[in-house]
Amino acid sequence: MKAPPFAYVRAASLDEVFRLWGEAGPEARLLAGGQTLLASLAFRLSDPGILIDITRVADLAGISQVGNAIRVGALTTHADLGASDLLRRHVPLIAETVPLIAHPAIRNRGTIGGSLAFADPAAELPACCVALDATIMARSAAGERRIPAAQFFTGLYATALAQNELIAAIELPVARPSERSTILELARRSGDYAMAGVAAHAQLDNGALGELRLVFFGVGETPVLAKGAMAAIEGKPATPETIAVAQTALDADLDPPADLHGSAEMKRHLARVLLVRALRTIAGSEEAKAA
Amino acid sequence: MSAIPDIAVSLTVNGERVSRRIEARRHLIDFLRLDLGLMGSHTGCEHGVCGACTVRVDGRIVRGCLVLAASLDGSQVETIEGVSDSGEIVDLQEAFIARNACQCGYCTSGMLMTAADLLKANPRPTREEIREHISGNYCRCTGYHAIVDAVETVAAKRNGRAGP
Amino acid sequence: MNEIIDPRSVDRPNSYIGKSIPRPNARKLVEGRGQFVDDIVMPRMVHVAFVRSPHPHAKILRIDGAEAIAMPGVVRLFTGADLAKHCEPWVAVLAHLKGMKSAPQLPLPLERATWAGEAVAAVVAETRAVAEDAVARVRIEYEPLPAAVDMETALSPGTPAIHPDLGDNLCFQRVNESGKVDEAFAAAHKVVEATFHSARHTGVTLEPRSILADYNRGSAKLTVYHATQAPHMMQGVFAKHLRMPEGDVRVICSDIGGSYGIKVHVYPDEVATAVIAKIMARPVKFIADRLESFATDIHARDHRITARMAVDAEGRITAIDIDDLTGIGPYSVYPRTSAVEGNQVVNLVGGPYDFANFRAKTTVVFQNKTPTCQYRAVGHPIATAVTEGLVDLAAEALGLDPVELRRRNLMQDGTYPRTSPAGMKFEGLSHEKSLDTLLGMIDYAGLRAEQERLRAKGVHRGIGLASFIELTNPSPFMYGIGGARISAQDGCTVRIDPDGSVMAATGVTEQGQGTEAIIRQIVAEAVGVPIGEVRVITGDTLTTPYGGGTWACRGAGIGGEAALQSGLAVKEAALKVAGAMLQAQPDALDLIDGQIVERKTGQARMPLAELARIVYFRGDTLPPDLPRELMQTRHFITKEYPFAFTNGVQACWLEVDIDTGMVNLLKHWCVEDCGRIINPLLVDEQVRGGIVQGIGGALYEHCVYSPEGQLLVGSMADYLVPMAAEMPDIEVGHVETPTRESLLGAKGAGEAGTAGAPAAVMNAINDALKPFGAKVFAQPFTPERILAALGKVPARWPVESPAGSPSAATPAPQPRAPGVQAQAAEKSPSLLARMFGRR
Repeated sequence: MKAPPFAYVRAASLDEVFRLWGEAGPEARLLAGGQTLLASLAFRLSDPGILIDITRVADLAGISQVGNAIRVGALTTHADLGASDLLRRHVPLIAETVPLIAHPAIRNRGTIGGSLAFADPAAELPACCVALDATIMARSAAGERRIPAAQFFTGLYATALAQNELIAAIELPVARPSERSTILELARRSGDYAMAGVAAHAQLDNGALGELRLVFFGVGETPVLAKGAMAAIEGKPATPETIAVAQTALDADLDPPADLHGSAEMKRHLARVLLVRALRTIAGSEEAKAA
Repeated sequence: MSAIPDIAVSLTVNGERVSRRIEARRHLIDFLRLDLGLMGSHTGCEHGVCGACTVRVDGRIVRGCLVLAASLDGSQVETIEGVSDSGEIVDLQEAFIARNACQCGYCTSGMLMTAADLLKANPRPTREEIREHISGNYCRCTGYHAIVDAVETVAAKRNGRAGP
Repeated sequence: MNEIIDPRSVDRPNSYIGKSIPRPNARKLVEGRGQFVDDIVMPRMVHVAFVRSPHPHAKILRIDGAEAIAMPGVVRLFTGADLAKHCEPWVAVLAHLKGMKSAPQLPLPLERATWAGEAVAAVVAETRAVAEDAVARVRIEYEPLPAAVDMETALSPGTPAIHPDLGDNLCFQRVNESGKVDEAFAAAHKVVEATFHSARHTGVTLEPRSILADYNRGSAKLTVYHATQAPHMMQGVFAKHLRMPEGDVRVICSDIGGSYGIKVHVYPDEVATAVIAKIMARPVKFIADRLESFATDIHARDHRITARMAVDAEGRITAIDIDDLTGIGPYSVYPRTSAVEGNQVVNLVGGPYDFANFRAKTTVVFQNKTPTCQYRAVGHPIATAVTEGLVDLAAEALGLDPVELRRRNLMQDGTYPRTSPAGMKFEGLSHEKSLDTLLGMIDYAGLRAEQERLRAKGVHRGIGLASFIELTNPSPFMYGIGGARISAQDGCTVRIDPDGSVMAATGVTEQGQGTEAIIRQIVAEAVGVPIGEVRVITGDTLTTPYGGGTWACRGAGIGGEAALQSGLAVKEAALKVAGAMLQAQPDALDLIDGQIVERKTGQARMPLAELARIVYFRGDTLPPDLPRELMQTRHFITKEYPFAFTNGVQACWLEVDIDTGMVNLLKHWCVEDCGRIINPLLVDEQVRGGIVQGIGGALYEHCVYSPEGQLLVGSMADYLVPMAAEMPDIEVGHVETPTRESLLGAKGAGEAGTAGAPAAVMNAINDALKPFGAKVFAQPFTPERILAALGKVPARWPVESPAGSPSAATPAPQPRAPGVQAQAAEKSPSLLARMFGRR
């Protein structure tokens, strides 16, 4: 399982990335963490001809607070996401998510930019970004674009990035004191892609869940914002009654495929279970727990 | 695209400066084994899942099969030979031998690198934490129980307590 | 916990047998300084990669390697016709498996590919990477043929025979019957039945299959560095099929990264590598990559068994009747054959129990899928799951505790020797004592109380038991009588060297289980030297006695006995020399801790090194007629029993999340009786590793095929092996019932864990699900199957029911894209699983 031959160049700056990319042709791939790209090359799934190593481009690195958001450079590794004090304090959902991603050795190289750009439907970070209503800063030779996470994932392994456009950074809103969030996934083994998962984010106010965002992953071609289920709970507390309504609404939100783990109906079932558990967790009330 | 070794890399492996011209596609494990003759690092799947290839780059454990040697210009790489010769993991090695946490030995290089990494970050891991940290290192021979015992013993000794 | 002894502090000199002494060869492994086949580099070495069929069944019309061979770094291309000139075909049948048939096989096929993944052409290049580049450029024209991929219909009239010359797709069929089965069922108080499935899965050795073959044209010698369990057998295979004298073939095993039976078989691509080396007269290396491993390592355990058990009003088993169907590959695998697994199922079902009426049928059919053959515990996990599953069903039907039903039916201790209704001869087993020991370890009453307490809170835990027998120390009755050149005897040569150190060369081999360690312990004790003075040589046909290698748990019982007898013979020879030198009777002397001593007083008379010096360098000072062979060889073969059966019992304690179907393994226990234990630490770790391997088959591992015959799991992301976070702690206990066939009294232990684990897990799941009346019998017990049993999701094939035959509710999952198209492959969810088929 050796990769096919390819050329390799390393960019020192964003300008150089776009110059090299322009010269290289449409098959060229960017090399960041390489945890997905190099595995797929081992299976000879593609023949890129040239890899452009962007790991030393300083503009793509770093975590900082910018106003009411934490700006995370695309090259931030999963390990650094997990170790970031800023993120732990201001975007707790990310800190909760990192240990679910693969394994320590992978987390030391894999990047958030890579995860979002690859857009695996069973991955955690894309769903988190949609749940957090994050903004993806895309860069090309023409300049920067801001793409809401909810519009970023367009299909199976497909994103809104244009040709020769890359993710420069992700802006994650700073959590307000009323925020509650959680991520739950069902995976056969620790670190596996999820059979089904959910990232939940809301504001808890007097027991009622507001601005609720429920994003399911592993159940479709992209992360799925379960709008029907969200509407059933929005502004209300999580009680056995509201949760039951949300579960019914969820069925219409999802159109899962069958896979090696189970039928479409199985994924629907798991999603319903995850919905209950996620709502219980973020609502934290006795009523919700009884659901 | 022809396979010509035309990328120059210069890096430090186990404290030794090495410079080579290599093919771009050569992953770190093949570089270690084929270019440097360091056979202690193994591949088991070449797609980053089994953990047999776990080595250290710039102080962090990585999947050697998912890192291009070409991208490591200027980096510090440490392999099982290096951390063995330096004595850094001698207590882990003794514990693995004593507890028979190494049977065929093929996963052991990667497993020891991962165990060493755990104890650096978490000197007092619970058995669950040990299992979680090595959850990406496949072992077919031991069933993992002996490995967990060995790591737990070392952690206890390093912290001045009796083992399990 | 076993006490780990510092070899310098044993209480009685040289009493190493029975002690948990660490392995001498572990140090190099923990330092990364082992030597595996892929670590070996030789001058002018080249690499071979194989073009493999993307079709499960196809005529090979044309092979065009012109573009491939023109690539820089590519040296040769070989087709089936090229290699056939230099290689005898083989057919894997055993005469004593009556009626068994299979088709001749060559390293590369001449006309047809018969499974997706079969090697059809070989490219030799300077590096593996370039060889793979060239493989991608070989153009092969195929004419796809209908594929037989459903074992249920393999023998149906509409299904074409894979090998028309054989007439049909039946490889082997056998009915093993005794007593009056039909009468017993007619008269039964209760009959319980179920259809069990064991899923096709594979060994996943972390070191892939590896071979480096070198032919020296000047000396006409073939040297093969081979990750094999049976080097002498392979020596014979290479010699026979490459038409060479055995003496000109040398097979060397260096360190082996796991085998579990996977590496004891003859693989066409490995034979091809040896043939290519002979043609090219230079070293040729083949290391299977992980994709090739999934597609071409032997698979195993693809069975559907309908089974029923009759019990009387007293809760006694009166009859067992099973019908086993198993789908193998298109060829039986050489030389052990692919019928043995089914044959063992019909020999082992019901094994622990005392009953008289037995019928077991196995039907072994060819399929256009990866060939199957013996894999750790061969047939035992299946037979045990069927038996123990029926036992639990019977307990439930009778309203009895599962322990109580076992107590009423296990063969009683002290009633041996005896023969089972399946015809298996038992010298001495300890089912009752083992069960008592186990129940003490697990605190059965405590677990039941906790189960009940938690059930009230909606938490569902289960206890599963599994009693089992396991065959070890095989005699020629397993293979030899069938005509296979597989050795059931083994030998050991022990030699005292001039400095008093001891060398022991053994025909049994090491793959990490500790063979070298136990041979060292036995020889040190037998000869009478400190253990640090003994070095063990294994895995070299040139320098070790002719032996069988390691398989079917024979290393300790057979290899160990040869080592013991050989060591004792060397001591005896040394004492005869010592007697002459010291003017004493040899039997008044002893050899202890490397010293010749007076037996009565223990007084040291002479260091062994001194005796050796005299023998080797000053033989002139010894009586001229004195025999002075400080090197002795002994061979051992079992005499009375075809197998040394062992027994054990396991318990599994787990929790089922009834909303998600996920299983959490809380704890596992095993009591194993493998006779005399040479090294408790090593035995326990074999048991633990074996249990986890069995858990793999029970919960995770499945070589899933599409209806078209494409293997859908080709990567370690899709094929799930047990990893550390999900595995339980495992407690091991022992009973020791030695065999009297040998001085050592050791039986084998390597496969026991795997034999019993799936049954224990299955029974625990079903115990947890009891309040819901839900049961699972089809491995792997995935969340989907558990949820289906609970009625929460629809069942996909096969349907779970407490008593029923399989029916196709909905077809097996279709891949989102067929394996052969790259673009579609890129798009489908199991990204890495779609690769296979492009090659």
